[in-house]
Amino acid sequence: MRVAEAWRVAWDALRANRMRSALTMLGVVIGVASVVLLVAIGTGTKQRVEQQVEGLGSNLLLVVPGRLDVGSAPALSPLTLQDVDAVGRVVGDPSRVAVTVASGATVRAGNREDFTTVQGVLETTPTVFAREVARGRYLTGSDVDTGRRVAVLGDSVARSLFPDREAVGQQLNVAGVRFRVIGVFTPLGQSLGVDRDDEVHVPVTAAQRLYGTQRVDAIAVKAPDRERIDELGERIVAELNGRHPGTEFSAVTQEQILGVLGDILGILTGVLAAIAGISLLVGGVGVSNIMLVSVRERTREIGLRKAVGARPRDIGVQFLLEAVLLTSAGGLTGMALGVGGALLVAAVSPIPAAVTWWSLALAFGVSAAVGIIFGVVPAQRAGRLDPVVALRSE
Amino acid sequence: MSRAPAIEAVDVSRTYQLDGVSVPALRGVSLTVEAGDYVALIGPSGSGKSTLMHLLGGLDRPSGGRLVIGGREVGTLTAPELARLRNETIGFVFQAFHLLPRTSAVDNVALPLVYRGVSARQRRERAAAMLGRVGLGHRLHHRPNQLSGGEQQRVAIARALVTDPTVLLADEPTGNLDSTTGAAVLELLERLNGESGVALVMVTHDAEVAARARRRIAMRDGVVVADSAAESGSTEVADGGAGA
Repeated sequence: MRVAEAWRVAWDALRANRMRSALTMLGVVIGVASVVLLVAIGTGTKQRVEQQVEGLGSNLLLVVPGRLDVGSAPALSPLTLQDVDAVGRVVGDPSRVAVTVASGATVRAGNREDFTTVQGVLETTPTVFAREVARGRYLTGSDVDTGRRVAVLGDSVARSLFPDREAVGQQLNVAGVRFRVIGVFTPLGQSLGVDRDDEVHVPVTAAQRLYGTQRVDAIAVKAPDRERIDELGERIVAELNGRHPGTEFSAVTQEQILGVLGDILGILTGVLAAIAGISLLVGGVGVSNIMLVSVRERTREIGLRKAVGARPRDIGVQFLLEAVLLTSAGGLTGMALGVGGALLVAAVSPIPAAVTWWSLALAFGVSAAVGIIFGVVPAQRAGRLDPVVALRSE
Repeated sequence: MSRAPAIEAVDVSRTYQLDGVSVPALRGVSLTVEAGDYVALIGPSGSGKSTLMHLLGGLDRPSGGRLVIGGREVGTLTAPELARLRNETIGFVFQAFHLLPRTSAVDNVALPLVYRGVSARQRRERAAAMLGRVGLGHRLHHRPNQLSGGEQQRVAIARALVTDPTVLLADEPTGNLDSTTGAAVLELLERLNGESGVALVMVTHDAEVAARARRRIAMRDGVVVADSAAESGSTEVADGGAGA
């Protein structure tokens, strides 16, 4: 029997049992669709995070105490504004150095209040982190030098405290101290469920007084060029190590942050794909089960085919092709559903989803392989049936 | 008489293993089916006639003795070779018709040609022509559930003959049919036996049906107890009687 003929025979058999074929396919459809959809969500999340890290500004070096690693505990910062000056001298341009000292605080305006992150910063922040002010102005050098009580609000904070008024020019109470709003940031949106517009920037000197500390949490440097960014990081770390013997510092680049985040999200995507893969496996077991039932149910047909000249191989190939046809058709349907689902998720929910070719190829390949693997046993059983016994069965 | 016999069995036995116990179904059967023969195989249930039928049709291999179908020794053939031998030499007609459900008459008849590698168009042409010969030229695209019992058995007969076999094995071909329809099917089988020279071997319980055969083989307890051809000492009648 020729191969084209075998496909036709298998196709006819599946069409003759439409309902059962459809239900069997459903397991594979769900498995493949969930692989495609979950991998798309994992990939989309990774891409989104990468964009956001890159959106922080290019050639960025973050200087923090301790090590930046998955699972390492944050260290208490010994850094002060004198260290920031020292780093500025190493870089050769103080305007490329930004700091933060951040804490959660309750901010009030009139009878409205909001719990947000209040960051003490230098006037260099917009340059280093590529932030833009939508209305009003950002902090100036003199604001920082004099510890002036002025604040630039994130878009969410501005909306929450001043829903029906222009925020710029209004008074604001941060932990019992009055500040004047001088600007509102251009919105950044959400990132991994975190509202990036939920923050207030005040001069670092004012923040230190507010929190009763001389410390800063971290220093960020916008390196002059990408080629010597690692070398610059080493020089900064050496300087800080000299100023604070016994404390370890790290200067990490965006690439390193991306690497760490990428590892985490890669593992996440892998776990999602594995869970979806299990459902694909269950779908495969369903195919095997139905094929075994089908062989039993069509024993007489098998007997007859053998009587009129079908070789064991012809029968085996027919049933194997039926299984492969079932899972391939299920795979294609599942791919379409998965892609559709991913587009829908990306369109109507904040969860990003990006369909990747490799996940489509993998899902289809696995579903076809599932058909072969789970079709072999029933097919062999069908091929080996004794025609005399098969013809006699009811 | 120069033609080789269609089937030749010499001291053929067949033993089944049931739960480790050997059950003999055939104990040394010798017979020859000549080309164009018309044989009725009779005997009570359990006499071994079905087992013999399966052996003559190449569906099973003997446990002992020599069985030659179409010039080939069955005991030496592999399963694929045996399948090909069945396809080329034997046509089967069963009591329960054994048509593929949800499959048109013409596709049912064409089925053996699928395993012979005949192209789809040729298959349909030959199947349609064969259905015409059994009087169903107007029922080509009907499915088994749209056909009467007699029509279904005619489709099965067309399927058995579409490969132009040398032997037609019919197992109680009229067993599921009323007497009028059964008689018509029997006449058809006899006509085809006469026209094409295909040997007709028929298992039957029905004494009237058996009486119409030119040769009767009676079985009991796994052996042949009577063979009208052996009694007359000649099988020449097979060829001579074909046109009569």
